[in-house]
Amino acid sequence: MAKMMTPAMERLHKKKRYNVTGVSSPGREAWKRLARNKTAIAGLVIVVFLLLVGLFAPFIAPYDYQVQDYTKMLQSPSAEHLFGTDNLGRDIFSRCVYGARYSLPIGIVCVILGLVVGGGLGVIAAYFGGKTDNIIMRFIDIIQAIPSTLLCIALVAILGNGVIQMIIAIAAGSIQGMTKTCRAAIFMVKSNEYVESSKSIGVSNLMIMLRHLVPNAVGIIVINAANAVSANILTVSSLSYIGVGLVSPTPEWGAILSEGKAYISAAPHMVLFPGLVIAVTVLAFNLFGNGLRDALDPRLK
Amino acid sequence: MVRYILKRVFYIIPVMFGVLVLVFLMKIVMPGDPVTELLPASASLEQKEALRDELGLNDPIAKQFVDYVWGIISRGDLGTSYKTKQPIATELMQRFPHTAAIGLSALLISQIIATPLGILAAVKQYSWVDNLIVVFTIVGASLPSFWLALMMIMWFSVDLGWLPAMYNGTLSGLVMPIISVAFGSIAATARGVRTSMLEMIRQDYVRTARAKGQKESIVITNHAFRNALVPVVAGIGSALGALLGGSLIVETVFAVPGIGKYVTDAVTQRNYPALQGGIVFLALMYTIINIVVDILYTVVDPRLKTTFVTAKKRKTKAVREEAAANG
Repeated sequence: MAKMMTPAMERLHKKKRYNVTGVSSPGREAWKRLARNKTAIAGLVIVVFLLLVGLFAPFIAPYDYQVQDYTKMLQSPSAEHLFGTDNLGRDIFSRCVYGARYSLPIGIVCVILGLVVGGGLGVIAAYFGGKTDNIIMRFIDIIQAIPSTLLCIALVAILGNGVIQMIIAIAAGSIQGMTKTCRAAIFMVKSNEYVESSKSIGVSNLMIMLRHLVPNAVGIIVINAANAVSANILTVSSLSYIGVGLVSPTPEWGAILSEGKAYISAAPHMVLFPGLVIAVTVLAFNLFGNGLRDALDPRLK
Repeated sequence: MVRYILKRVFYIIPVMFGVLVLVFLMKIVMPGDPVTELLPASASLEQKEALRDELGLNDPIAKQFVDYVWGIISRGDLGTSYKTKQPIATELMQRFPHTAAIGLSALLISQIIATPLGILAAVKQYSWVDNLIVVFTIVGASLPSFWLALMMIMWFSVDLGWLPAMYNGTLSGLVMPIISVAFGSIAATARGVRTSMLEMIRQDYVRTARAKGQKESIVITNHAFRNALVPVVAGIGSALGALLGGSLIVETVFAVPGIGKYVTDAVTQRNYPALQGGIVFLALMYTIINIVVDILYTVVDPRLKTTFVTAKKRKTKAVREEAAANG
């Protein structure tokens, strides 16, 4: 391969600028398509913005999220308290700012975990086929028999309340979807000649899976992962809302909403704003996910 | 075909057995001693021990499991609730109609509204109608169902006073729970129908149908939609799972005495037998529904039927074809 290169090409190759032939890689093409999609980029910007808000919450929030001020209970939104105050006089805007540290990062971490475990199972099932596939898929059938929200509720009930417990429960709930998606995606690329030729020259199974199968199926997997994040964000806040998972005084968005329910007629801002924040976050991820779908799967355009 | 259906139906048995094992494993790792939750703090050690014996908690795990499974098979007995001391199966049966009413009406409503929306969007792709529907599907899928429920309570119950904020056993009490559960599903289904229709409209047979001068309405309904329906029907199973999940959450908002509320209460009260029973019950219902959807799927997609032609038939057909080929 290196012999066929001109000296100029070789120099570029050493500088890791592989694209010397002028042929763009599929990944680069997809990125170009994504960058042209304004709504997708808007979604991505909002997601990054919210992650930064969570990271720098102490600098952004005007008040401490747990300081109670009994002289300022259930105040409507004002310049002083952008989203108003709650029944204990806490600033809802500050609580929502700190809330960015929960649902969104948890949603992302769960997808990564779910991908590693569920996706791994799916790849193994599809690659080895036969008995291995059978055993894994029968196991998935069992998990699938329990609606995923119910599975998450049950797991949180067993593991207890807390961020780590929540992550494990939701990741476990998303395993079956990931397994099925990855299995189907790998099946599509498995019969390509490069797999057989790799086998014939003695490449290990693990190498074939990681270097040849997964990169070629990555489009479908990424699209599904993006959708899974928004689903997970909704699950985190739903569970917190019904009082399992992250409960008050944790400023998780669903938990804030749950506190507000009792004051829905006296202080509607207590349920309006946290819900809007959840909706905007999920919307941003959906927009980004749609853009990814269009970029990675041009067939659907 | 019959064989396929039987096979699917009998498959319930190993799946449910797996669910039972899973649920039992959860029980083993569950922290906390149910006896301390059940008895007052002043209870003596003997009293605790007596209760443990009575609940069968001193038996070996394997025996507990066999007893539990045998109770379900022989008597449909899911155990006794720690909280109410009632048989869990009875409690679940009383509550199931509420959850089923919400879930099934939400499914029906979402299909009825979403299908025409999806077709309309696909037929008028890139028009303002399409754009509007696409925006609706994206926004609709982003709203948390419980928040939508609260917003509706705010407008229709608190401000306008049209509908009851809490479920009161009447039909009007079910309106808001159903809408809040169905909303996300409408968005998701409309989107699915649109994507599927767009793919079908580009197929060769649709062009052929148009070329032979078929009326456009028939091209859309008979040629494109019939085929577009296949992935949509396949999605009903998972849509129903989502609807059930939504119902579990929304029941808490409106205090609907359904299975969702039952399970949530069981979690907060550490009433494990009730949670266990709820999971087993819902898993059974969900599995049955999924099998029905699978069978429906083969009815909608005639191409699939050929897959289930028995080996014998296939052989005779091959022999016949060979004979025909040989002249």
